[in-house]
Amino acid sequence: MKKWAPLIVVAAFAAWFLGGMAPPQPKDGFDIAAFGRLPVLLEGRVQPFDSVARNSLLSISGRSIVRLTNGAPVSALEWLLDTMARPEYADQLKIFRVQHPDLEGILGADKAGLEYYSFNDLTNQIGSLENQATNLLAKEFGMGEDAAKLRNAYQQDLMHLYNSMVLYNRLKNSLEPEGARDFRQELQVYLASIGPGKVAIEQTDEGKPANEQDLERIASFFKRYDEVSRFAYPLIIPPLPGQPRQAWSNIGTNLMLALHTGELNPAATNYAAIATAYRNDKPADFNRSIALYRVWMQENDLYPFLKKGSQEFFFNQIEPFYKAMVIYIAALLLGCIFWINLSEPIRRTGFLLLVLAFVIHSTGLGFRMYLEGRPPVTNLYSSAIFIGWGACLLGLVLERIFRGGIGLVVAGFIGFTTLIIAHHLALSGDTMEMLRAVLDTNMWLATHVVIVTTGYASMFVAGILAIIYIVRGFFTRTLAPETAKALGRMVYGIVCFATLFSFVGTILGGIWADQSWGRFWGWDPKENGALLIVLWNAVILHARWGGMIRERGLMAMAVFGNIVTSFSWFGVNMLGIGLHSYGFMDKAFPWLIGFDISQVLLIVLALTPPRYWASFKDSIPPAPPATPPLPATPSAATS
Amino acid sequence: MLDRLVNFFTSLRLTVVCLCLAIILVFVGTIAQARLGLYAVQSDFFRSFLIYWTPTGTHWRIPIFPGGWLLGLLLLMNLLAAHIKRFKFERRKIGILMIHGGLILLLVGQFVTEIFQVESQMRIEVGDTKNYSEDSRKNELAVVDVTDPKSDHVVSIPESLVAKGGDIRTPDLPFTLRVEKYFQNSFVAGPMQVQGDTIKASEGIGKRLFFNPAQMTRRMDDENEPAVHVQALSDSGPIGDWTLSTWFTRYPRFAALQQDIGGMLPGLSLTDPQSFTFKGRTYKIALRPVRYYKPYSITLLAFHHDLYPGTDIPKNFSSKIHLNNPTAGDDRDILIYMNNPLRYHGETFFQASFEEGDRGTILQVMRNPASMTPYIACLLVALGLLVQFLSHLLSFARKRAKQTKPVVARTAAAVPLMEPALAHGKRSRL
Repeated sequence: MKKWAPLIVVAAFAAWFLGGMAPPQPKDGFDIAAFGRLPVLLEGRVQPFDSVARNSLLSISGRSIVRLTNGAPVSALEWLLDTMARPEYADQLKIFRVQHPDLEGILGADKAGLEYYSFNDLTNQIGSLENQATNLLAKEFGMGEDAAKLRNAYQQDLMHLYNSMVLYNRLKNSLEPEGARDFRQELQVYLASIGPGKVAIEQTDEGKPANEQDLERIASFFKRYDEVSRFAYPLIIPPLPGQPRQAWSNIGTNLMLALHTGELNPAATNYAAIATAYRNDKPADFNRSIALYRVWMQENDLYPFLKKGSQEFFFNQIEPFYKAMVIYIAALLLGCIFWINLSEPIRRTGFLLLVLAFVIHSTGLGFRMYLEGRPPVTNLYSSAIFIGWGACLLGLVLERIFRGGIGLVVAGFIGFTTLIIAHHLALSGDTMEMLRAVLDTNMWLATHVVIVTTGYASMFVAGILAIIYIVRGFFTRTLAPETAKALGRMVYGIVCFATLFSFVGTILGGIWADQSWGRFWGWDPKENGALLIVLWNAVILHARWGGMIRERGLMAMAVFGNIVTSFSWFGVNMLGIGLHSYGFMDKAFPWLIGFDISQVLLIVLALTPPRYWASFKDSIPPAPPATPPLPATPSAATS
Repeated sequence: MLDRLVNFFTSLRLTVVCLCLAIILVFVGTIAQARLGLYAVQSDFFRSFLIYWTPTGTHWRIPIFPGGWLLGLLLLMNLLAAHIKRFKFERRKIGILMIHGGLILLLVGQFVTEIFQVESQMRIEVGDTKNYSEDSRKNELAVVDVTDPKSDHVVSIPESLVAKGGDIRTPDLPFTLRVEKYFQNSFVAGPMQVQGDTIKASEGIGKRLFFNPAQMTRRMDDENEPAVHVQALSDSGPIGDWTLSTWFTRYPRFAALQQDIGGMLPGLSLTDPQSFTFKGRTYKIALRPVRYYKPYSITLLAFHHDLYPGTDIPKNFSSKIHLNNPTAGDDRDILIYMNNPLRYHGETFFQASFEEGDRGTILQVMRNPASMTPYIACLLVALGLLVQFLSHLLSFARKRAKQTKPVVARTAAAVPLMEPALAHGKRSRL
């Protein structure tokens, strides 16, 4: 039984992950997933409706699902479909997140839980919110990007709510004009009125009497679609054969174009059919319209887009990073339990779980790289994913060599923490955003960025190892001398590793800068951050070689490495200056300070004499009567 | 005494102390950028021997911290001294030698770069041709004899000389230039804003457009715009006096100013040269960014600014240029784009920016005699680190393989790399 227990536990987790790959079941007969796979163009890249839904909902509500008042969950995709095709229903869903008490005070309506409002709750205050927001924007006009960083908590929350409402309104006009009763029918009327309308317009231009009714009808359509074209968010109409591959358009623009061509784009009529079927609760029509649209796309050289949409949908569906995160926690707990009861099956289970988490994490990372066609790290979000991955790999290697449960705890802890950080970074929007001109180079992303990020990962591994040493040694009696020595060796080895990667990565960054800006080193904050890591590693290694520190000193310095690395990774971005300030996150600032304080406390612990350490106090020989005589001068010591 | 000095300069303690000080310097220098700006931090913190503190209300300069150059120099001496004293070629130490050799090369290379690097910009509108680049910071007072339509004769006076004030005489000019007033930074004053200290001239643009002194700026993204009031004097008396400023010559200042004053002072063009005639020769006079003339010319054929579809996120900037160098026989088209500069004649041309409405390109022009050093240094250090750590790893693995028991009582894997250095100083108890 003991032999099989680890395998059974791991198989259960693996089944949980694999179960997520099964295609989602239709809901009330509607094949929502089929709609979610359809490709659109947004933020410069082709992505499925599902990604639009998830990213929009995350940025509006900070969550990946909507909860109905009775607690039932609604997926992001269903919510998006409701918003686009049944807005009067979506208007009741509590999705708008408001956190500042003053803002809550103005709104004053019933809210779900602590901080969620529906669109209907907000309608009375729209004018006032809009006024406040436009006043703020007017005040900030001409201040450039700095303005957003100077907002106070109330202003930030106000602008978040305002931007969320703007986004919501745009989504409502993305598939059909907001509140269209029967869009399919409407398009038929529109098509029929184009011919007479054009004649009427020509006649007016020539000064002849024209049919007033035709003129009026075409003018009202024009006005309606013009408005939609200005609001619509994703570009849902794909390019026709012969058009450039990036020539997508939104529904409004496309319908206005029909005035010239005299015919409707088949994609527009298909989408109208899909929207109308959904609104009128006709699942069979809905599913058939989607299938017809897919066939039409395949016949018109659009198969690559369909494929891209389906693949990204699958990636969203299997949630590799969320599942890896859960398994990391399990491995972490098992590692801690092993330290208490030293049961080998527990450690083995933990190790196998870690392998599983690593496989899932790697799958996610590889899938992302494939979807983006990029090296693993392209922004702050992916750097968090990558650091967790690298740390997990190092933890696995350590556990394989030293077998003390230490690798489990390190990998489990860093894997879990970095994925949590990544989750919060994803709140700011699309994580596969396009790269600005200077970053658009796979060569440097694959070398400099990956190597520097590996350096970060190894710094954190060394730091967490040192924390394990300090916490176990100071508070518990479990840090046996050989474990302590082994930890010392691990930290030293990994600091060497980190030195190599940080140095090479930093210099490669300099060379990239030399290639693209013509200067090798510019004292830019991100460059300085990387340099700090290199310098700190050099200090650790030289202090150790010079005999200035031993085991506890090494641990204290490795913990300080956590502070240096977190500053380099996040802190410099919070300064909001420099060429690398690509992700300004003042919300993370208190967390960073809290983290640094905790590290300082650990360093203080590390520096307390061994007689206060639970693991060491028995092994110290009785204190000598006085401090041993030291050489009076350094020169005496050299002789 | 000498022993102590040698011991001081070869000690690992000095290395550790200098590295720690460097960490503090870099950290403070990074934080300070938010307040002081990149340029001020660079010159105060990193390109200096000492950092000074000036108590408010005084003019004292109290040194409080070593600057970047001092720390770099100390580390370099430390490194050289330690290696000279203990140099002994061993296979075991080849990695260490490579690492430190690479570091020395890097430090020296950066020092050479700091001193000899020249940074300038070339701004070309589509269809135009240029044979000079303009310095990003330094200005010159240029007097150009344009009498001969075939070639100009340029006399250039550095701004530092103008700043000293007084009379400027040079054998190249048949008259004296007298600096009446000079502001290191200035702003344009409307006719109603004339205060005590205002530059007005009796000729040229300065007759209608006045300048007041402004606070010196040291921010990276903001440059000083000096203004000067000069009088040209001959032996027989004054020839005339003019207001000169980089407000008329530095892009994009003049473009913005021209737009601002367009309505208020109709008919005034900032780009009109200010000129005068003396003894039958015509001279143009201007305060302008220092120009570096090239023995070749560059024509901008086209500029492209690509966006990602459906967004305004830039995807690429590129300049198609034509290079013409009659002496070297070069006559060809070249495409310069992001991460792909042109290297020519000891200089490198980077796609840096563009003019509003994509009317033209702005190329960054760098001349750096030590530009190759980081590449070689990086290779040396990386190989050295790899050799060093791999040999450790291998010996660790070998020892482990020999042991039947799991790692227990064995000396630390950290075979001290610089054993001799352990000899002095007390061993830490940490």
